[in-house]
Amino acid sequence: MPKDSGIGASTKRREDMRFLTGAGNYTDDINLAGQAYVHFLRSDVAHGTLKNVDTSAAAAMPGVVRIFTSSDFDGVGGIPCGWQVTSKDGNVMQEPTHPILATGKVRHVGEMIAAVVADTPEQARDAAEAIVLDIDELPAMVDMKAALADGATKVHDDLNDNLCYDWGFVEENREAVDKAMSEAAHVTSLELVNNRLVANPMEPRVAVGDYARHSDESTLYTTSQNPHVIRLLMGAFVLGIPEHKLRVVAPDVGGGFGTKIFHYAEEAFCTFAAKACNRPVKWTSSRSEAFISDAHGRDHVTKIELALDADNNFTALRCLTHANMGAYLSTFAPSVPTWLHGTLLAGNYRTPLIYTNVKAVFTNTVPVDAYRGAGRPEATFQLERVIDKAARELGVDPVDLRRQNFIREFPYATPVAVEYDTGDYDATMDKMLELADRDGFDARRKASEAKGKLRGFGVNCFIEACGIAPSNLVGQLGARAGLYESATVRVNATGGLVVMTGSHSHGQGHETTFPQVVAEMIGIDADQVEIVHGDTARTPMGMGTYGSRSIAVGGSAMVRATEKIINKTKKIAAHLLEAAEADIELKDGAFSVAGTDKSVTWGEVTLAAYVPHNYPLEDIEPGLEETAFYDPSNFTYPAGAYACEVEVDPDTGTVTIERFVSADDFGNVINPMIVEGQVHGGIAQGIGQALLENCSYDENGQLLSASYMDYTMPRADNLPHMEHYTVDHSCQTPCTHNPLGVKGCGEAGAIGSPPTVINAIIDALQSGGHKVDHIDMPATPDRVWAAMQ
Amino acid sequence: MTQVTMTVNGKAASGTVEGRTLLSGFLREELGLTGTHVGCDTSQCGACVVHVDGAAVKACTMLAAEADGAEVTTIEGMANADGSLNVIQQAFQDHHGLQCGFCTPGMVMSAAALLKDNPKPSEQEVRDYLEGNICRCTGYHNIVKAILAASGQDVPAMAAE
Repeated sequence: MPKDSGIGASTKRREDMRFLTGAGNYTDDINLAGQAYVHFLRSDVAHGTLKNVDTSAAAAMPGVVRIFTSSDFDGVGGIPCGWQVTSKDGNVMQEPTHPILATGKVRHVGEMIAAVVADTPEQARDAAEAIVLDIDELPAMVDMKAALADGATKVHDDLNDNLCYDWGFVEENREAVDKAMSEAAHVTSLELVNNRLVANPMEPRVAVGDYARHSDESTLYTTSQNPHVIRLLMGAFVLGIPEHKLRVVAPDVGGGFGTKIFHYAEEAFCTFAAKACNRPVKWTSSRSEAFISDAHGRDHVTKIELALDADNNFTALRCLTHANMGAYLSTFAPSVPTWLHGTLLAGNYRTPLIYTNVKAVFTNTVPVDAYRGAGRPEATFQLERVIDKAARELGVDPVDLRRQNFIREFPYATPVAVEYDTGDYDATMDKMLELADRDGFDARRKASEAKGKLRGFGVNCFIEACGIAPSNLVGQLGARAGLYESATVRVNATGGLVVMTGSHSHGQGHETTFPQVVAEMIGIDADQVEIVHGDTARTPMGMGTYGSRSIAVGGSAMVRATEKIINKTKKIAAHLLEAAEADIELKDGAFSVAGTDKSVTWGEVTLAAYVPHNYPLEDIEPGLEETAFYDPSNFTYPAGAYACEVEVDPDTGTVTIERFVSADDFGNVINPMIVEGQVHGGIAQGIGQALLENCSYDENGQLLSASYMDYTMPRADNLPHMEHYTVDHSCQTPCTHNPLGVKGCGEAGAIGSPPTVINAIIDALQSGGHKVDHIDMPATPDRVWAAMQ
Repeated sequence: MTQVTMTVNGKAASGTVEGRTLLSGFLREELGLTGTHVGCDTSQCGACVVHVDGAAVKACTMLAAEADGAEVTTIEGMANADGSLNVIQQAFQDHHGLQCGFCTPGMVMSAAALLKDNPKPSEQEVRDYLEGNICRCTGYHNIVKAILAASGQDVPAMAAE
């Protein structure tokens, strides 16, 4: 096996060949014979009673095939929610119906009211403009606290109020936390906002529905991170199509970042309409539609308090959060502020008592769900901000205060229900400080000051819970799904392999990294291994890619299936070599008998499996194909320490990132090049959240930042230069409970960077004598400038 | 409806389009050149960048009728004659300058236009030039490296890692 294709090699990506030559196959590149196009008429008011939808003029427009309104979906289920959270009083969350097309009311700008199917996209759009709507506007609930006030207008008339749930965790700790707060030598308190974001994968969502009358089979091509999940949700809960009559294909997908996990009404519509119209129906989202229909992320408003004893040991943490759900519950929305957030509040520290209360609120805004990190960035931001503020209040070094409270013994059971298997937080801190040249900071600050700028140094430590997750655990927590992953390994007669995985790649490079693992296990060239993903007809039931789970869970399933293959091939080799199976060794693609020079090649054995002339037919079946489902026994716990240096222009409030260092512990690493790329991307999104990005609604529920003209995506010139930007993953404490010892790297950058940047800005401002102890994100020039006045 | 004729990747191409048909739509829907991607509707993202008469143009911002008679090059026309990756494409692979691949065609086309005008750009010049190309996956770091490498500069000597 060449050295550049096994575990630990920075193998170049095979998928690049098609992406670099325009040969990728994204959903919008799929066009089916006789295809019609749908344009959705969306609400331009945030809240209102839908009195009439007059489609008569539109129906007579050229090219119109059919116009759908809510009455066409009588008997069709609503879009389901995949996670049920229970409030602290024991009641389950309030769960509204989520119709495919608005029924009775509209509840957010962008909600679909009618759908025009026509011969061309232009005809569909023209006809949609001819639909006449009669909507009585209602007061829009935008602010969460206003939505919870007595007498607030209800987003859903059939619910008690706008409170989805009121979650306490760990409720049994609440009184002890209150007591510890009242008895503490010092309590640091901070109110902050985790700003609402739009994921913005560069490929907008697309759906193409198809229906085959001869077989009564429906096919949906869609931009999804998890086609099997879409098939299950849409088939079983929305359209009533059995899984054997429904195929979901997610081909090349242009980024996801969470927002392509969820089942969307547009997917159900296209599948439904293809059968109703008896021709394929295609929808391609514009970017403007994406802003008002893709699930948003974050949007927490939090008060956090940290209690310390006289020796600066953390004694308790209390977090009170309002989390915006938007107008409906997106697929995994309820889990994000609860189980993906509350369980992370121990961070890297030995805080013995932790309590969090989360009130989830319905508002007249686009639904909010998981976005890169999902709950963990929110937990990390508030924890690392309040620790930094405490250090400044107490006059101690932020690095020392963190170190003093580090967890150092593993496994470590936190007071928030998770058990960290491994970690070495001193190692990542040491590595970060070394790479960041903290010792040289004072000189760099003086140089900045000499040119009239303020310079700040910010640090952050964080922990993630990735590789979601043990199914039996998440079932107890309200998940309506299992969270295993699957793989089928099919070995062909001539020795090549196909791995059919339930994981999905939408930029992560599975087609390159997964073969590296199999090639290493067997000792063959990675080019002999092909990866198939993204098609329910070609892969076993799997849960897809999110939560940094592909290699930790999907990779583990692939290892297990490959182990079964190796076990069977050893039996065949033992027969061919007339030796005992226990004496067979597999190395470099050949089977040998220990202590002898007898051997057979991988190819000879695989051929024997399919041409079983000389074969132990009485003991094993011919053929060579194995499937494994892997259900992890725990989350994985990647951790890291990040440093950032900013320069602030006191005249304009402009912040520039001068230096950035990440020191991550991902456990074992399969492909360093790809891991570093994941971290670069995550950090860019985190810096975007910290400095640039914000999803802004006005008081009427109009989205003000609804295009790239208004929503500031990070550009190349917003990010640090190569000379002062280091991404390190050399600190490795392998995961103890999965076969590869891997932890996952997809979200670390987005989790670790926002508090690092804000801590650096506060350090810079305080160095200039400004009594500023917090700035909400994004720290735009006007906010920073105003804070200094 | 208007008849348009242009040369695309060295071959004659023609079709009948509505007045409102964009060049991006003509390339994708009429000619099947789906490597040109559409990522926004405000001319910001740059996934649709092609070359028209040698200049980088956002194909979503030009009517197909405006390109009548023009020489157009898309990502499908960028590889070497033998099908191998050209210098810029190869640098993107070598430096992991792409992940999901959606912005990639526009990035490669913009990079080619930059290097044509400025064969040895500084890192800052590359970053400034990419103002009109948005990538959500890579954080641009490896894209910038790839473009500098394609210009023949010693990227490892310039980077901290």
